[in-house]
Amino acid sequence: MFYREAGQFKTSYAADQQIFPITQDRVGVLLILAFAFLAVPVLFNEYWLKAILIPFLIFSLAALGLNILTGYAGQLSLGSAAFMAVGAFASYNFMLRIDGMPILLAFALGGLSAALVGIAFGLPSLRIKGFYLAVATLAAQFFIVWALTKFGWFSNYSSSGVISAQEMEILGYKFVTPEAKYLLVLAIVVLLALAAKNMVRSSVGRAWMAVRDMDVAAEVIGIRIMHTKLLAFAVSSFYCGVAGALYAYAYIGTVEPEGFNLDLSFKILFMIIIGGVGSIVGAFLGAAFIVLLPIALDVMVQEWLSGILSPSISSNLQLIVFGGLIIFFLIVEPHGLARLWQIGKEKLRLWPFPH
Amino acid sequence: MSGRKIGDVILDLQNISLRFGGVKALTNISFDVREHEIRAIIGPNGAGKSSMLNVINGVYHPQEGRINFHGEERRRMEPHMAAKQGISRTFQNIALFKGMSVLDNVMTGRITKMKANFLEQAIRIGRAGREEIEHRKKVEEVIDFLEIQHIRKTPVGRLPYGLQKRVELARALAAEPTMLLLDEPMAGMNVEEKQDMCRFILDVNDQFGTTIVLIEHDMGVVMDISDRVVVLDYGKKIGDGTPDEVRNNQEVISAYLGVAH
Amino acid sequence: MQFFLEVLIGGLLSGVMYSFVALGFVLIYKASGVFNFAQGAMVFAAALTFVGFQELGAPFWLALLLAFAVMVVLGVLTERIVLRPLVNQPPITLFMATIGLTYVIEGLAQGTWGATVRGLELGIQDEPVQWLMEATDIGVSKFDLFGAGIAALLVTLLALFFQYTRVGRALRAVADDHQAALSIGIPLQTIWRIVWAVAGFVALVAGLIWGARNGVSFSLTFTALKALPVLILGGFTSIPGAIVGGLIIGSTEKLAEVYLGQYVGGGIDSWFPYVMALAFLLIRPEGLFGEKHIDRV
Repeated sequence: MFYREAGQFKTSYAADQQIFPITQDRVGVLLILAFAFLAVPVLFNEYWLKAILIPFLIFSLAALGLNILTGYAGQLSLGSAAFMAVGAFASYNFMLRIDGMPILLAFALGGLSAALVGIAFGLPSLRIKGFYLAVATLAAQFFIVWALTKFGWFSNYSSSGVISAQEMEILGYKFVTPEAKYLLVLAIVVLLALAAKNMVRSSVGRAWMAVRDMDVAAEVIGIRIMHTKLLAFAVSSFYCGVAGALYAYAYIGTVEPEGFNLDLSFKILFMIIIGGVGSIVGAFLGAAFIVLLPIALDVMVQEWLSGILSPSISSNLQLIVFGGLIIFFLIVEPHGLARLWQIGKEKLRLWPFPH
Repeated sequence: MSGRKIGDVILDLQNISLRFGGVKALTNISFDVREHEIRAIIGPNGAGKSSMLNVINGVYHPQEGRINFHGEERRRMEPHMAAKQGISRTFQNIALFKGMSVLDNVMTGRITKMKANFLEQAIRIGRAGREEIEHRKKVEEVIDFLEIQHIRKTPVGRLPYGLQKRVELARALAAEPTMLLLDEPMAGMNVEEKQDMCRFILDVNDQFGTTIVLIEHDMGVVMDISDRVVVLDYGKKIGDGTPDEVRNNQEVISAYLGVAH
Repeated sequence: MQFFLEVLIGGLLSGVMYSFVALGFVLIYKASGVFNFAQGAMVFAAALTFVGFQELGAPFWLALLLAFAVMVVLGVLTERIVLRPLVNQPPITLFMATIGLTYVIEGLAQGTWGATVRGLELGIQDEPVQWLMEATDIGVSKFDLFGAGIAALLVTLLALFFQYTRVGRALRAVADDHQAALSIGIPLQTIWRIVWAVAGFVALVAGLIWGARNGVSFSLTFTALKALPVLILGGFTSIPGAIVGGLIIGSTEKLAEVYLGQYVGGGIDSWFPYVMALAFLLIRPEGLFGEKHIDRV
């Protein structure tokens, strides 16, 4: 009843091209943001912030990155975690080796390093597509993790490549409490999500989608395929790289290259499949789902099945449920949660008079 | 057709031969296109018509022959350069971007004209935002012209075939081409849709002076709207001239109707 | 020189193992156009099931039979639950579905049989062949030779199966053109089920040999992943390609590890096959035996 676009006439193209053309959506998003920035740090306890909300935001960012590449530009990647690793280790080295390096700049440089590596491993996409490309990105996955482990320089010669993230400090303020870390991550993720939304609704985003949907036609209307694909790899890897840096600095603290393994890459892929391929909000929904699911499963197993099932079974149950859900979503709702969200909104527009 | 004056030759193809491996798609074909004219390419299936268009906009590279466009000899060219030079086209099997709305599809037609880089677009300040609106205006003109306002925000995958063809034309027109290549723009349409499409093609030619090269199977349409016709058969040129000349060309008649045995 | 030959032969023979896994991929890809990422998980599941039945007291042949039966059921269920609802979806969607399937199979197998590392005994020793050692001074493992023999046998059997049986002919027809095969009354779904069952059998053989060599553990799935570069090298649709690709990957991987690995700290066989396949893709995107594809507009 209250969610209506009737009566909201657009009198300029500028108004029609807003991110949220419907007033209620705009208000809703502002409310969510206000809640996230003001209420969440007060309302939620340390466990929620540290173990759920911070990883949720970081994975959302990584999923956003993969969604730009896979969802918008149509290039399937199985190496997202490796680009996260590049971001984490690059940021660490910028902090370590340059005195007085501001942490935000280190994150940005970490992202840029990941972008450069992304371009290098994106080069094969100019000649190959589909699962050939997916296999090529596996090369990135295995090579990067190997290189970060083998060459001690990257981890300042610590044993087995483990790095401990330095303290985060901006203008003298140290981000040590979970609340502070959460707010920092939130601010970065919101800004980057906004930038991503802006890109996908501009000509660069249209070029990505055009290449995804039909590359030959895209080329004929004047899109430079090479430039467009490599840009998608660069931007995507930048997002993954920043996510990786945040993963090390704001979430785990101590990371090793093996932590960014193929499993993590698959997890991020699952986020975009479940959340919605080619959707910004889908990256967030998918990340929330994948972060919450294991916790929910653990709780359920302990509540109802403790004694019947051993803990090792619960981790296998997780595998089965993850895999099963992927298949389920691909069959039933290939556009993921984002699509269900949209359908829900359409229903709401008609509610309470569906006819 | 008022206001339209056929000008000089702007596209000259000389002795074009194209092979795929051992298969000859085009053999020694020469013809030209004059400014502002409607030039049809006809011929039976597999005659090499689509290949001809692909040669014109640089998707295929002929092994032999010379192409002269606007007085300039063409060297090896990537397809995206054709768009920059003012050549747009539509495809035989609709090649729209299925995951995007009609509006976004047509907006892609303006891509070569947009200057803001991706960083400006990400932050969306300065010219990036302005540009979106300027080009949106131009795109809305095209949408009005082709009478597809009502489906502006519909994903193209959901549209019926006839409308998809029209959206594809809109995308090509959004680039404000000087030369428009149409690959069977009326294939699979009913009579009414064909009439609409004819009208649009003639209007484009008339109002914007766009040179049009089209492939079409419907002889009635071709003879009605084109100024000159090239006839291909098995990759060779067997006729070239005004519709009347072609209609009376013995070789063309036998290729189309078969020789009586 | 002797050392070089020894490394080369060892590499070639371990390449045979990659070929095994790649063979399963090729079969399914040919018949259904599905890039089955779960083939590696199937190898793991098959080996684990076999060992599991043996632990329950089943003799070798019974365990083999039971494991095969399980793989057939798995294949049939996959066809019914995963593939049939996704028919006509883009290949990349099917590919992602098989990634999901990988997780399900791994979870099921480990959930049923437990995740501990087991040994698998086939009764063949991993030791050099005596007479060859004496004659040429080159050490070639008996076990590797045995594996190669099995591979040769399996490929011959498959080739005969494809060439001379009704099902084989139908399979080739389906591989050529789904629509056309359907239109002359070949039951596509039956064919798919058979192919998945055959792929399950190939996975079982691969699992037994790999498992006997390295033990049955989760890391089998990673070894099986190396079949992917093999496929890229050999082309997705070619059985000889899978064999030759496997040999190339196996030998270069070992040679690279021995001769280049020492300069960069070793362990390069984790990524070398992928990077090599990648380099190869840039030169010949269709693979050694694949068909060249021309884009039509």
